[in-house]
Amino acid sequence: MTMAVTSPRFRENARRALADAPLQQALAKMKAGFVDKRLRAVERLPEFDALRDLSRDIKDHVLVNLDHYLERFEARVVECGGEVHWCADAAEARDVILALCRSVDARSVTKSKSMIAEEIGINDHLEAHGIEPVETDLGEYIIQLAKEPPSHIIAPAVHKTRDQIADLFHASHAAYGITERRDDPRALLDDARQVLRRKYLAADVGLTGANFLIAETGSSVTVTNEGNAELTQILPKMHIVLASLEKVVPTLEDAMTILRVLARSATGQEFSSYTTFATGPRRADDADGPEAFHVVLLDNGRSGMLGTEFQDMLRCIRCGACLNHCPIYASVGGHAYGWVYPGPMGAVLTPKLIGIDLAGHLPNASTFCGMCESVCPMHIPLPKMMRHWREREFAQKLSPPRHRAGIALWAWFAERPALYRFAARLGVGVLGLIAGRRGRLKSLPGAGGWTVGRDFPAPEGRTFLDLWARRDGGGR
Amino acid sequence: MSGDARARILATIRDSLGADAPGRDESAVEARLAAHEPNLIPARARIDPGAQVDLFVEMAEEVSTTVARVAGADEVPGAVADYLATHNLPAVAKLAPDPGLDDIPWAERPTLTLSRGKAVDEDAVTITGAFAGIAETGTLMLLSGPDHPTTLNILPETHIVVLRREHIVGAYEEGWARLRAEGRGMPRTVGFVTGPSRSADIEQTILIGAHGPRRLHIVLIDGDGEETEA
Repeated sequence: MTMAVTSPRFRENARRALADAPLQQALAKMKAGFVDKRLRAVERLPEFDALRDLSRDIKDHVLVNLDHYLERFEARVVECGGEVHWCADAAEARDVILALCRSVDARSVTKSKSMIAEEIGINDHLEAHGIEPVETDLGEYIIQLAKEPPSHIIAPAVHKTRDQIADLFHASHAAYGITERRDDPRALLDDARQVLRRKYLAADVGLTGANFLIAETGSSVTVTNEGNAELTQILPKMHIVLASLEKVVPTLEDAMTILRVLARSATGQEFSSYTTFATGPRRADDADGPEAFHVVLLDNGRSGMLGTEFQDMLRCIRCGACLNHCPIYASVGGHAYGWVYPGPMGAVLTPKLIGIDLAGHLPNASTFCGMCESVCPMHIPLPKMMRHWREREFAQKLSPPRHRAGIALWAWFAERPALYRFAARLGVGVLGLIAGRRGRLKSLPGAGGWTVGRDFPAPEGRTFLDLWARRDGGGR
Repeated sequence: MSGDARARILATIRDSLGADAPGRDESAVEARLAAHEPNLIPARARIDPGAQVDLFVEMAEEVSTTVARVAGADEVPGAVADYLATHNLPAVAKLAPDPGLDDIPWAERPTLTLSRGKAVDEDAVTITGAFAGIAETGTLMLLSGPDHPTTLNILPETHIVVLRREHIVGAYEEGWARLRAEGRGMPRTVGFVTGPSRSADIEQTILIGAHGPRRLHIVLIDGDGEETEA
């Protein structure tokens, strides 16, 4: 029922992505769209790094006290007239949401973008049971029409060109009386607004994710620019919040601290257009708002990450900065990663959620340049955790035989220092000789995969160990 | 099923962490919740009230909010009517049933047709108050309640907000502090609104007017006989 996993075919996916001209055209716009804007926003706030440190500390404190905070969050939700549904895995969460929808005879459910919803595959589940799920975030709406998974955690249709969107809308919007094919972005947005407005008004249930849950007040917090989470949650009679355990923060103030780094890291905005705190159902004297408020609290393996080398990953606030700054993501886009979460954060999270046997390629799809960690607002050591996965993959004998043989060969030499030095000197000399004055090698036996796209710079005469020995007079 | 899952999840959390995980302390949890300290307020927001008002306007305009500064409540109906006329919008609006807007002499502009209540799809223009303006990012803090149905903020194409100078604060946390001081508890919806609705989902081009208002206009009552700017 959940999204088809193509992570085991990462290499093939990546090759296809590199040859996909519209995709490459779309990805080329990411630097101006995300990287440059983030930098400008960060430079405008001198306290940005201090806020990152505080944000990390808040989440670290929450994670080691997660049970306490979740219990307090639940108590506040109940006090306000809402209900919390604890779900150990995706199947339980799907069942709970379906049952809630059926309890109000729902025919359609509007949804604001939620990665957890992708993780549990709720759309297919609702559809299979005769309930229409309607994505309302423009990007999610586009990919729902295209029947594709999101390719980015905050910009799900970033891989689509305007022309492709025009075709999609042209094919789908005739049913709503819009027959002209329009490709102006303004016109496309207006058409989507018109179609989705009717959907908002007709929906029986609104399903949102949550950027935060507040233990102090029992609130959920959504952050959008379009205002779609707001329309989704205040118009239908029931508001369901789907959130994973680690979204909880202690206080309203703690949420504000992290919010100050969220929008800047995500889109380079000072603040997103709409940040909405929802607490319980509408009050007795309110004129609008949902009559029922339900929080579906999903674990799906997260509780088991506590106390392990992957605990820090639970600080992630899903800003997407690591994707936006990753040279691999920028080359192949999000679909190549083959499941819900792409880029560096996906390379760490996906093996945990679907297994290292299926997702083993992802932590290997990294140059270890360290950009992801350097821009992460929560200081998550992503490269270190990818390395943990590589170690596990090796330990479980899941890596390809050629890699394992190569590493075994290297280890054999490394355990024999004299031989290692001799072989390294020999190798450096021979490679230098072959390369000649050009100093570059066009191909290298056994490393064709590396030299197919670029030349190999030849060693310049000395081995690393020689250079190290000379450093500081060979001290240490 | 949920009760069972609850027990299992909590048990897994406790087992995974272990009883003596560093920093694990239930009394620290209680203390943090009770203290709800503002952690760090950027220097940008820690300025005198007059400068906060100017910063609020500057930051709001940066995100395509428009601001008209007027001297007193009696000038609000004229400012609203002028705004609607300038944008070729009909002089018909849904006004929040907010007693805080009752000192505004709406009747002095008989061409302005107002009704009060929550918004419906047909409402093209709404007028509400605001609990606070946050200078830091030009953000409005809007509380739901019988005086301020949330639909007024999000359904119309044009949302006009009447904001009083004395309700402008420096940082978000000051807004929360004021709400706590009033002792009325958490409203169902607290919205922080920073500019009109927008989307960058088509080729990363920012377009104003996605699902919420296309226009967000603030009439700022600069107050108490102080100098007003044009």
